Amino acid sequence: MFKKILASNPLIMLIFSAVVLSAPIWLAPFGANYPDLLQKFAIFGIFAVGYNILFGLTGYLSFGHATFLGIGSYTAVWSFKLLTMNILPAIVLAMIVSGLFAVVIGYLSLRRSGIYFSILTLAFAQMAYSLAYSVLTPITNGETGLQVSQQDPRVLDAMAGIAVTDGIPSTNLFGALIKSQGGYYGFYVAAVLLIIAFYISLKIFRSPFGMKLRAIKSNQTRMKYTGFNTKPYLLTAFVISGMYAGLAGGLLASIDPLAGAERMQWTASGEVVLMTILGGVGTLIGPLLGTTLIKYFENIFSALNDSELHSMFSFMPEGLQNIMVTVVSPFVGEGWHLTLGLVFMIVVIFLPGGIMQGLTHLFNFVKRLVGLGGSNKVIDNMAANDTPNNTLNKHKGEA
Amino acid sequence: MKNDNKTPTLDRRGFLKASVATGLAASSPFFIQNAFAKGETFRNAPKAGAKTITLGFNVPQTGAYADEGADELRAFKLAVKHLNGEGDGGMMNTFKPSALKGNGVLGKKVAFVTGDTQTKSDAARASAKRMIEKDGVLMISGGSSSGVAIAVQGLCQEMGTMFMAGLTHSNDTTGKDKRRYGFRHFFNAKMTGSALGPVLKEEMGTDRKAYHLTSDYTWGWTQEESIKETTEGLGWKTVKTVKTPVGAGDFSQYITPILNSGADTLILNHYGKDMINSLTQSVQFGLRDKQVNGKNFEIIVPLYSRLMAQGAGKNLQGILGTTNWNWALTDEGSKAFVKSFGKEYGNPPSQAAHTCYVQTLLYANACEVAGTFYPPEVIKALEGFKFDGMGNGKTEYRAEDHQCFKDVLVVRGNEKPTSQFDLLKIVKQVPRSAVEYDAKIFGGDLGPYKV
Amino acid sequence: MDAILIQILNGLDKGGAYALIALGLTLTFGTLGVVNFAHGALFMLGAFCAVLFNKLLTFSTKVKDESITFFDAYKEQPYLELWFGDLGTTIIDYSVPLSILFAIPVMLLIGVIMERGLIKHFYKREHADQILVTFGLAIVIQEIIRHFFGANPIPMPPPEIVSGSAPLGAMLGLNENLVYPWWRLIYLAFSLLIIGAVFAFLKFTTFGMVVRAGMADRETVELLGINVQKRFTIVFGIATVVAGLAGVMYAPILPPDYHMGMDFLVLSFVVVVVGGMGSLGGAVLAGFMLGLLQSFASMNEVKSILPGIDQIIIYLVAVVILLVRPRGLMGREGVFED
Repeated sequence: MFKKILASNPLIMLIFSAVVLSAPIWLAPFGANYPDLLQKFAIFGIFAVGYNILFGLTGYLSFGHATFLGIGSYTAVWSFKLLTMNILPAIVLAMIVSGLFAVVIGYLSLRRSGIYFSILTLAFAQMAYSLAYSVLTPITNGETGLQVSQQDPRVLDAMAGIAVTDGIPSTNLFGALIKSQGGYYGFYVAAVLLIIAFYISLKIFRSPFGMKLRAIKSNQTRMKYTGFNTKPYLLTAFVISGMYAGLAGGLLASIDPLAGAERMQWTASGEVVLMTILGGVGTLIGPLLGTTLIKYFENIFSALNDSELHSMFSFMPEGLQNIMVTVVSPFVGEGWHLTLGLVFMIVVIFLPGGIMQGLTHLFNFVKRLVGLGGSNKVIDNMAANDTPNNTLNKHKGEA
Repeated sequence: MKNDNKTPTLDRRGFLKASVATGLAASSPFFIQNAFAKGETFRNAPKAGAKTITLGFNVPQTGAYADEGADELRAFKLAVKHLNGEGDGGMMNTFKPSALKGNGVLGKKVAFVTGDTQTKSDAARASAKRMIEKDGVLMISGGSSSGVAIAVQGLCQEMGTMFMAGLTHSNDTTGKDKRRYGFRHFFNAKMTGSALGPVLKEEMGTDRKAYHLTSDYTWGWTQEESIKETTEGLGWKTVKTVKTPVGAGDFSQYITPILNSGADTLILNHYGKDMINSLTQSVQFGLRDKQVNGKNFEIIVPLYSRLMAQGAGKNLQGILGTTNWNWALTDEGSKAFVKSFGKEYGNPPSQAAHTCYVQTLLYANACEVAGTFYPPEVIKALEGFKFDGMGNGKTEYRAEDHQCFKDVLVVRGNEKPTSQFDLLKIVKQVPRSAVEYDAKIFGGDLGPYKV
Repeated sequence: MDAILIQILNGLDKGGAYALIALGLTLTFGTLGVVNFAHGALFMLGAFCAVLFNKLLTFSTKVKDESITFFDAYKEQPYLELWFGDLGTTIIDYSVPLSILFAIPVMLLIGVIMERGLIKHFYKREHADQILVTFGLAIVIQEIIRHFFGANPIPMPPPEIVSGSAPLGAMLGLNENLVYPWWRLIYLAFSLLIIGAVFAFLKFTTFGMVVRAGMADRETVELLGINVQKRFTIVFGIATVVAGLAGVMYAPILPPDYHMGMDFLVLSFVVVVVGGMGSLGGAVLAGFMLGLLQSFASMNEVKSILPGIDQIIIYLVAVVILLVRPRGLMGREGVFED
């Protein structure tokens, strides 16, 4: 029964949309329902979902995807400066420009595979970052980051007779300010785009195109021997995921019109890799879970300090409370990196398939508990799980 | 329905109308935060009867500046303590004219939240937004990089929240990127140049050939420009200015060309780790033992930080630079602060800690003077505010660009340190009049009081 | 001419460091097939072996500092100086080279524990998993170091006698401006020595022969009844020691801080890949080549023609080489290409 439900696209989309749009409610108990973090969940969710189309389906590990995020942001801010504060052209342009870069970088990088591919993407990303930070400052405004200002030309706005008289203009979607409703409007714009992005990713996963990509992942050589040219498929996947990153970058700039070079650093590229692996590579939902977890750590865990810990454990007797605070405090606040590192290790050691695998285990366990029996493949199907075991260790030849 | 594209309105009323028009407000129960409705209600305004207010301290807790951030955080905590009437009061006792009462601010106790900027603009803005949107802070302070300070300052202007900058030295912070809601107590590259000039002339004469190594980003460029302007004004020649990538680690490939360049002075426009590395390596290349044009080769590090300077160890000895403040100052304010800080934490405060402590007190005092937390009124209380007893002598917050004007310290790496904290020796306290400049030279626009 | 000469020397010196770091990384790649993102952290741990050793040597008694009157402050007087006088001071002066003796057993132990405790379980896992787990480990190691040593760099001066520069120009009868720091010359010699030792070890010992055979064709070697696994553990330990020694000796050049490993991580991967995966010779060659190119790209004459080239040269070269030579300079077919 579940199997059928989970195989049906409209139903998945319905559930998914409901979960995403109601995030401000169900994230409240975690203290994560304020607009900025919600926006980040949605935007980096798009980034990770897109990255997963490349890495999850084809197994090509790109270490340079943040480049496209950065290019998307710069394009969007330039669109705000030169054309209009309306975010629609900005986002569209961001996707187009980062797509073009993805074509070039992808075409060159995909001439190699394995770690050689990874290093090529990394090298392109590092070059983009270094140049954006220094030599290209006239375009990127270097370390300070590209910002909008009152004096910008904004040709389209000027033609429509929109003038900014006071202070720095804000982004809008056909007049409705993105920052309105205390920032929740921005979240809903991002959330709707996330839902669309997720739907496209779902379609790709379940299309013949997606099947071919997975076939490339499981054995590219075999594919080639059958006379199948894998390159166009790989490049398409690369460009699609680059455009997803561009969309995410454009959205970041739309919600907060500032673009900095650090968005393109290798650590930023590494972050999306970690999000995807942490959640579950090649699963549909996994990257989103990974994103949520990492962004939550970055924003909430890093802000806990001793006095807040004391109030958290205030229900305990004094002595115990002090002990708890002493035990916990190295892992929060300035120690949030430590916790993140430990989580990476624990998840990978015990759950090779990421959080999604953990959920699958949990689901099966509960199912057995309530005696439903039947197929174990329920979530696998939804997750479109490509079990890690079948891509084992190929560098040593199929053992 | 689509809103009429011709309504150009970017003011509040306009966007309220717009969002109501799009019908979104009605569709969702979460839209509660219409921060600025009208009149004196403003974002995060304390509710009537609220017993506390919250301030946000946004400092680097991870990354290269983590220790500096930790010291800033210590200063903030101390300031909050003093504001709430706990501890010995520190500079509250020497600060004048003071409206502070030691019972919190406007009768409300001060609470605080902390966040990690990671010394990245994006992370810093995310952290600041969390403070504003989730924790309801009235003011944000902190920072140890100009890029971050400028990014957060811009955000605060947009959100209508006060920003009291911590350590940021770029001319841009109160120059071309200045904002109405942002205030800087720390000095800047321009003032460093003006302060260094006379001392350089006195010690090294007017016939020198300078070689610059400059961090290849905004702060580095503004400093290079300011120092070059000063030294060329003295009659020095600039042999070459070379940009180095940030975080290069090994600077040897940039140091080797200096040997043959004919320069007799090296100016390192580096900060933090880059400064430590380039200085350590320059000394290893024997630059300081060198004789060029019959003169001793000299190295200058225009901006010093005592905390970071520890990493350079002995290489620092005898090298000239400037700081905003040093714990060895003997005025009443500095003494009171060092005593209070040292008692609490067992080591003297850094200049970053000092500026953060002062900024917190200044904000609180402005609220008391204004009689409200309403930012436009607080801003007016700070603009042009003249005060004394905060460790830098008579100081003024210039209204035109929100830059503090006060004495600047020219220091030298101590050749005979008597303790591990005694790294810098004060050469000269350059009076405020010598470092003042016209607010117009950097351009920029403060923007509106009401956002 | 002098300018070129000194830039060559500088390139070799940089290259020595790159080659040394890449060598350890290639050993783990080539033998164990593990992508070790914690290699940078091991380099950093090496540098902190020097710091720790120095701290142990300067273990001090606290003397009240009378010069500070605002609060209680203490000066430190090392026991070694109290007990041995000048000899103690000399030992402390030589703490960096002496800490090599300290670092070898410590790093070997860390390497073996790491391999037995963690890496072993990841031989049969995807590269992505290896990356994530070793990256997590690197963060954990970093944060532990930060907890004990703080985030600021810690000065580690070389022994007084080699703290200055060697007047190479005067020695060779060239321009007297041609000087080069003693410690960097020592580092170059040291890296050549270690590289030579590792090669000799693999080339001339039976152990090395088995390891090389295992790198080439593990299954066949195992079929011959040889326990490759145990040897690989030792190889991982050796790689750890090489990374650690590279770090120890680098401490006087770059005052160590907890984050220095991450700064070298990307670079060392690029060096290894340019050299060709699994090729030790390739890693060394690529290390020196990239060092030289970086040094030349930073010359003012070059930068004035191509601004910013010094910032990207390494990556640019990596891209060109990988596109022209599919497996790097000396890589073998089939290694890490899935």
